[in-house]
Formats: sequence, C-alpha cells, structure tokens
Amino acid sequence: MARKLLLTHINVPGIRTFDVYRQKGGYRAVEKALKTLSPDDVVEEVKKSGLRGRGGAGFPTGMKWSFLAKPEGVPRYLVCNADESEPGTFKDRYLMTHIPHALIEGMIVASYALGANTSYIYVRGEMMPQVRILERAIAEAKQAGFLGKNILATGYDLELYVQPGGGAYICGEETALLESLEGKRGNPRIKPPFPAVSGLYNCPTVVNNVESIAATVPIINDGGEEYAKIGIERSTGTKLISAGGNLNKPGVYEIELGLPVEEFIYSEEYCGGVANGKRLKAVVAGGSSVPILPANLILKTLKGESRLMTYESLADGGFQSGTMLGSGGFIAFDEDQCIVRNTWNFTRFYHHESCGQCSPCREGTGWMEKVLHKIEHGHGTFSDIDLLVDVAKKIEGNTICPLGDAAAWPVASAIRHFRDEFEWHVTNGQEAQTRNYGLAHYADPLEPVM
Amino acid sequence: MLSVKHNDPVEFTDELLGKFAEIVARYPEGRQKSALLPILHEVQAVYGWLSVPAMDRVAAYLGIEPIEVYEVATFYTMFFLRPPGKYALEVCRTGPCCLVGAERIMKHIETRLGVKEGEVTPDGLFSWRGVECLAACGYGPVLQIGPEYTFYENLTEESVDKLIDELKEKAAAIG
Repeated sequence: MARKLLLTHINVPGIRTFDVYRQKGGYRAVEKALKTLSPDDVVEEVKKSGLRGRGGAGFPTGMKWSFLAKPEGVPRYLVCNADESEPGTFKDRYLMTHIPHALIEGMIVASYALGANTSYIYVRGEMMPQVRILERAIAEAKQAGFLGKNILATGYDLELYVQPGGGAYICGEETALLESLEGKRGNPRIKPPFPAVSGLYNCPTVVNNVESIAATVPIINDGGEEYAKIGIERSTGTKLISAGGNLNKPGVYEIELGLPVEEFIYSEEYCGGVANGKRLKAVVAGGSSVPILPANLILKTLKGESRLMTYESLADGGFQSGTMLGSGGFIAFDEDQCIVRNTWNFTRFYHHESCGQCSPCREGTGWMEKVLHKIEHGHGTFSDIDLLVDVAKKIEGNTICPLGDAAAWPVASAIRHFRDEFEWHVTNGQEAQTRNYGLAHYADPLEPVM
Repeated sequence: MLSVKHNDPVEFTDELLGKFAEIVARYPEGRQKSALLPILHEVQAVYGWLSVPAMDRVAAYLGIEPIEVYEVATFYTMFFLRPPGKYALEVCRTGPCCLVGAERIMKHIETRLGVKEGEVTPDGLFSWRGVECLAACGYGPVLQIGPEYTFYENLTEESVDKLIDELKEKAAAIG
C-alpha cells in the first residue's frame, strides 16, 4: 500500500468532526508550529519539503511564501483557492467534504507562517454544502481554541472566513479570485504587481490551493525533509489525483508521486482499468487545459521509458509528445470516444468561461468553438483544421492570464495527435454523425500488464 | 439580460438583514463590497432569483452604485436574472460528464419536462439548464439543485425520473 498523508483517516467514521479529527492526531501541526517554531521556521520546513503548488502551476510553495512582502503596519492575507473548476478535477471537493479540518489546520499553520491574522477560503459557489461543512469546522476549531484571539495562549490571533464564489472558472486564477473576493467581476489583474506585493485590498497576499495548504500539516508534523523523501526528484510528496471518464473505478486517489501511469490506470489499487472492457484511446492527465495524449504516449515517453505520475515525467517530450501533471485531473477516454466532439466540448467551456477582457481569448475561443462545431457536425473543410491551429497559436501567450493558453492547448494537442480523426470528420461528414472513428494508429500498443 | 418585467418592490426581512450584517463583519472597515457575492446568494436563496429592485436594495445596503451589483450579477453564472422553476435542475455538460452520458441525460430531462433549456414548465415547478464543470467528474453525470445545491450523482434516465417524481410530491406536500 502506498503511503498516505492527506487521506490517512478518510474512512474513520466521524472524521469530519473536530473531536474525531483531534483524536486521530489532528491539530498537532498547529501546536508544534505555534509553540515551537517561528514563522520563518515554518516557511523553511515547507521549502525543504519541495512541495509544489497543487492547483496546477506547480510553483514551489515555500518559495511563493518567501516572496511575500512584509511592510510595517500593513496587514498580510492568506487566501485559499478552493474555486475548483478545472474540468476533470474534483479532489478539493473531496478533501473539504470528508476531512474539512485538514484544510482548517493547514490554514492556521500557513497563516501563522505568513503572519496573516485574517484569512479567507474562497470556495466556488456551487459547493454550498462544502461551504456549510467548512463553516461548521471553523466554529468547532474556534470553540476548541485553535482560532480566534490568542490561540493556544501563544499570542497569535487568527480569524478564518469562508467566501462563496458565483460560478466562474476564471476565479481559479489567483488575481481574478482576489477581484471576486473584493466583490467585483472576476477579471484577472495585470501582473506585476504580484499578489505577494499587492493582492487582496492592495495588501501583500498569498493564494494557495486547498491541497497545498493541507499538505503543510504532514510537512510540519514529520518535517520537510521527511516529506521530501517521498516521490522522485523535484516531484516530492503525495498528490491527490481525480480520476474520471471511462474508468472502472473513478474517484479521488492519493498517490506517491512517481507512480507509473500504467499502474495508476490498470491496477486494482487505483482505477482498475478502462470501463466496460474497452481499450484506452487517450488521456488528459492534468485537467482539461493540459495537452491530450494518445494512449501509447501517456503510458510510455517517446524514448520508450515508462511514464510516471510526476511533474517531470508527464512533461517529458515537451508539448510535442508530453503533457503536464497540472491539477491532477485525470480523464480517461475509451475507444468509443470522439476526440473532435470532446475538443469542441472543452472549447465551448473555455469560450463560456472567458472573462472577455482580452480580445485574443474572448474572440478566439468563440471562433474555435464555431469551427469545431462545424467540423463535428459534418460541415468542416481541411482548411478549417489549419485555421484552428492558427487561432490557437494566436491566443497562446497573448492574454493577461493563462486561460488563453488553457483554451489553446487542448485544441492544438488534439490536432497534433489526432489529426487523422479531424480529417476523417471532414471527408466523411455524414458517416461521422453515426459512428466514431475508433482507435486507429494510436491504439494502445501495450497489453495491460496489471 | 436584466429582467425589468418584474418590478415588484422588495423589502428584506430582519432575519435576512441580520445575515447581511454578519457577512459584512468578515471584512476590514470600508471593504464591505466584499460581501456582495455572499449577500446575493442569500437574496437568491430567499427569492429564487435576483430582481432589479432586489439588487438595488443590496446596492443601497452596501453603499455602492446599483451598476456595481448588476455587473457582478451578470458576470457570475449562478445568479438567475429572471425567475427559474421552483426546482432549477442544473446538469453538468462539460467533457468528463459527457464521456459518461451527460448529453443523453439532458435530452431525457428535456423530453420528460417538455420544456427547452432555460424555460420553465407551465406549473412553474421546473426549469433546467446545462452548466459547466461542477467538479464532480468521477461521479458523472451529475446535476445540482439550488439553493442548497444538493447534488445528484451517477445519473441514469431512471434516477432522473425518480428525482422529478419526488420533487413533484414534495411540492404537492408543501402546497
């Protein structure tokens, strides 16, 4: 069995309550940090752990914390990004639903490290049940003296609040999230200044993903060096993977980074193989934004090495033959899925979620959606395929925030790896309405060994 | 998008105003605009949607311009700017859910309720619409119903029928 750090007690009845969580060793990290470590010591431990942001970008969390400006007399804020909206990703919902105190405990530790006395958890509005769960957990923690004034008689004060969003993917982008938290439309800000200097209410602010914050609890309990022993190279620790699509056992799994992708898909401990005895066609490994890979390339790199669940291994080969770990939203496509239809679906999503601030994204996503709709419905031409590549290229890198890139990559990668399927839709427009293209040359060349 | 047909004046109850005050207290002095989204959720939970008079009231309460409320209410997809059905079914229509049959479920809901996406059944009980990823991709197809945002997972045609029947009974029981 793989080591678990976040979901160790997931099956303990009542773990959602403070009492049971505490009995299972909860809030030890708060005691240790507040009583025996200075805020800088906590930052140092997180640096040593090698923890990288679990929301998608993979930026080292400790380094992000050390960038926080600390001008005299200006409040600093920690904001937790729980606006989980990346298609394919549902790990934060799972964590908040079942072990809300893991997030609350992490928020206290991280707020202490950053010197924040007021912190917010920005939860996407659709997760109203989770908002209520977190509010209850906060009330329990406060009752027990872990929040509020003079926590554990250490002189440290912290108030923690939950803020519901309004249903906008873009608010997962940290500056859009801060705008939204200030009661405005979620339009990303131009950077610099970065939130570390000027964030919430123009004060120095750190925005971290739910899982990153929860991971600080085992890091403080066991020490950063111990955490860094798990995983491979610069991919340390454990990661929550949301597995969805055509899998026998979809769900949230905590893996040790470095697990082979093949084992994750086919072993009984994890996804248990492709559903309904079908074969694997493609995988989106890190949420809808990352490049889609055909089955052969997700299982092995171009060099023939086994592909691992790490930031580095999934990115091996760059965008030509690799992808990204992203948020860990792992979507499996069986042989009967249509790549063109899925690409159209994803593009519709990005068009719908574009905030409209930058023309390349606002216009480009809509344009791509229309062209993909046309190809999917049997009216496409060969030049439409090239047009898509061209539009995607012109969105990428030309927008304030990464939503533009996120919209461009799925289209560019689908055409890169599945061009023959797009062309088949053009030449067999009518037939494409009634049957799918199937596996073709990118069929899984490997018999599953598990 | 703003509906001006429904101009009934709105008076917030003391209970609701109490909730507003609790929310505003979460933010630093002078930053009460931060309370806008949580307050709009509270208003929608009571009225089912956000009318212009209700938004104007919120603006007055927070000491901001009405346009500041409108621009937020029109940006975030969770806010209804015209009355939906008493039970507004919101089905996830994004990639992972579609891999496991969300399009079929939406078609079934359309047939079963006899109204198109965004429309309300003549009895006012139901409306439905497709929404983007609800972050429950492992349990798809999924739908949610406000204001509690109760979740229904692993939907089939049968489970959708059962849900609609149950909601009808519930509505009849409430009267």
